[in-house]
Amino acid sequence: MAIDTNPIAMAAITSVGTAGMPRHHLAIFAALLVFLIAAPFLLYPVFVMKVLCFALFACAFNLLLGFGGLLSFGHAAYFGMASYVSAHAAKVWGLTPELAIVAGTLVAAVLGLAIGSLAIRRHGIYFAMVTLAFAQMVYFFSLQAAFTGGEDGIQAVPRGYLFGLIDLRSSEVLYFFVLAIFFAGILLIYRIIHSPFGQVLKAIRENEPRAISLGYRVNRYKLALFVLSATLAGVAGATKAIVFQLASLTDVYWTMSGEVVLMTLLGGMGTVFGPIVGAAVIVTMQNYLATFGDWVTIGQGLIFVVAVLLFREGIVGVLAKWIRKPL
Amino acid sequence: MKKMGFILASTASLLMAGAAYATDVKIGVLNDRSGIYADIAGEGSVIAAQMAAEDFKAADKGINVSIVSADHQNKPDVGSNIARQWYDTENVDVIADVPTSSVALAVNEITKEKNKIFLASGPASSDLTGKACSPNTVHWTYDTWALANGTGSAMVAQGGDSWFFVTADYAFGHALERDTSAVVEASGGKVLGAVRHPFPGQDFSSFLLQAQGSGAKVVGLANAGGDTINAVKQASEFGITQGGQSLAALLMFINDVHALGLDVAQGLVLTGAFYWDMNDQTREFSARFQERNAGQKPSMIEAGVYASVLHYLKAVEAVGDKDAAKVMAKMKEMPTDDPLFGKGTIRADGRKLHDMYLFRVKKPEQSKGAWDYFETVATIPADKAFRPLADGDCPLVK
Repeated sequence: MAIDTNPIAMAAITSVGTAGMPRHHLAIFAALLVFLIAAPFLLYPVFVMKVLCFALFACAFNLLLGFGGLLSFGHAAYFGMASYVSAHAAKVWGLTPELAIVAGTLVAAVLGLAIGSLAIRRHGIYFAMVTLAFAQMVYFFSLQAAFTGGEDGIQAVPRGYLFGLIDLRSSEVLYFFVLAIFFAGILLIYRIIHSPFGQVLKAIRENEPRAISLGYRVNRYKLALFVLSATLAGVAGATKAIVFQLASLTDVYWTMSGEVVLMTLLGGMGTVFGPIVGAAVIVTMQNYLATFGDWVTIGQGLIFVVAVLLFREGIVGVLAKWIRKPL
Repeated sequence: MKKMGFILASTASLLMAGAAYATDVKIGVLNDRSGIYADIAGEGSVIAAQMAAEDFKAADKGINVSIVSADHQNKPDVGSNIARQWYDTENVDVIADVPTSSVALAVNEITKEKNKIFLASGPASSDLTGKACSPNTVHWTYDTWALANGTGSAMVAQGGDSWFFVTADYAFGHALERDTSAVVEASGGKVLGAVRHPFPGQDFSSFLLQAQGSGAKVVGLANAGGDTINAVKQASEFGITQGGQSLAALLMFINDVHALGLDVAQGLVLTGAFYWDMNDQTREFSARFQERNAGQKPSMIEAGVYASVLHYLKAVEAVGDKDAAKVMAKMKEMPTDDPLFGKGTIRADGRKLHDMYLFRVKKPEQSKGAWDYFETVATIPADKAFRPLADGDCPLVK
């Protein structure tokens, strides 16, 4: 994608913190890494892997919403389609897990390009509706297509051997593979946000007509961002298929698009670490409140209402306000 | 997962029984406790499992049964996460119930991998004893093949020899339509046509009018859940059964009839494995169950949970151990005998065999009161009720 170089250079001059991470961000990343390395020994590894997949998904979504100001209501399409393709590639084509994930990711990227190039022509609620409409088309495709197995989904996906060598059947080994993907994804998102490209995106988010008047080809930036977000959502979905050894309609259904919005808003839209916190809270609730039946959805709803009424910036957003530093 | 606070054994009873050792058995009831299947297999299945442990007097026989439960929210990833966690960290030996085929297939795989036991009562997919069959799974209550076969063959035998299908347009609906059509044609009936409705469907009027116009004697609803309920309601408005056609729901439960009411559901034909009002034993169990389950009679799925847990405990007692391979071998070797399904067997592919029944929903004036809903039209004997072993493509029996 050709992006005007001149304005980027201009942005690079004004942007702060592109050369290196601020110290408190470095500290948080280090603490997060240490915690996540210790996590499988403290918590149930499959559960933590699920949190990581959803955290990456939420971060990818946040990239679009928090930094581009674009509310997509159809991110389940990329997440779910990538998980179907990855599951199919690993099970039927016999690809190794990393290639299966790459295959899923590529499909998500292409899908993101196709849907994004149409959706970004509209703003606000129309943009959200267009993405939702396309996501529903993807859902119906998944429901009907032969390779997805309809409502049964693709089951018994082999975890396989990483690079054809390392046996991933043990959850502990798989965990570190997923952790590597997650961390690479988060760092990439961090880099995108703090790059000149990211600065331009923030400018567009704050004042689009002004960005246009400054000579930016706004739609190209938006499209690039949309594709990046869809691709990273695809990484998360494809990885999830390998972790759970299945891909199902749950992942492409619109409620999944809603859940990722909830995770992002709860954690803190437009923050780097917020979506991770939001995803952890929601997934933990789904998992540990499972015994109480109805209370999962009721709890989610209550938390959402409380979050919107009392701390609209989300958990991490409120923390950031307290310490007066961006998180 | 929260323990249900249900540990049956006490040291005292063990001493009285004089058992030399105690086997600790932990049963996890995994089902939908908040969504569309919560009525047919939610808390009721947990109660059924508890009743099985109580009726078996497990504590007196040196078996400590504890029961845990969780809600899979009909999401395969949530279900498989819980199943793994139960097996890996909570020493669960058996998972029971699991409605929703996608979740059940996931649990089926995990149970095989971890070498535990899966007592499937809730799921419909006949793949569980077909392509996806596992040495660690018993599929107890029903499956799509049995439903299609029961309704198809018994209806033709009753004179319903021309069919028109209203089918949910996705893999499950297509499979149900295909299987039922095959049975109808093999039994000498003919299929006049079929129409596909979008899934999930709200407005069935045009599809039902086509069905009415086809002149077929039987309108088969090859769909499930909310689609079936909507279709039945609208069919009643169009007076399909009053007009002389029979309406056959291929997947429906007594709780759905209870929710619809007899005015709407009357005349509907459906296949099931269990009805509470069949004999003294089923009535006795159902009365006890109803007291504990907020006035609801047991569905066939809940009955299946009771019977399968009971049979499992018998096998554990007979083996004197809870090793999955030994207990599974014992469960398949021992004939089953319980108050709800009577005598039966478990086949090599994990399929439990028992009679199936074709029920017709009573007219309001025939019903003596709440839950008096079904009359038995035909009994499909156990050897004809389920897919023949050779046709399932189960790798275990090749």
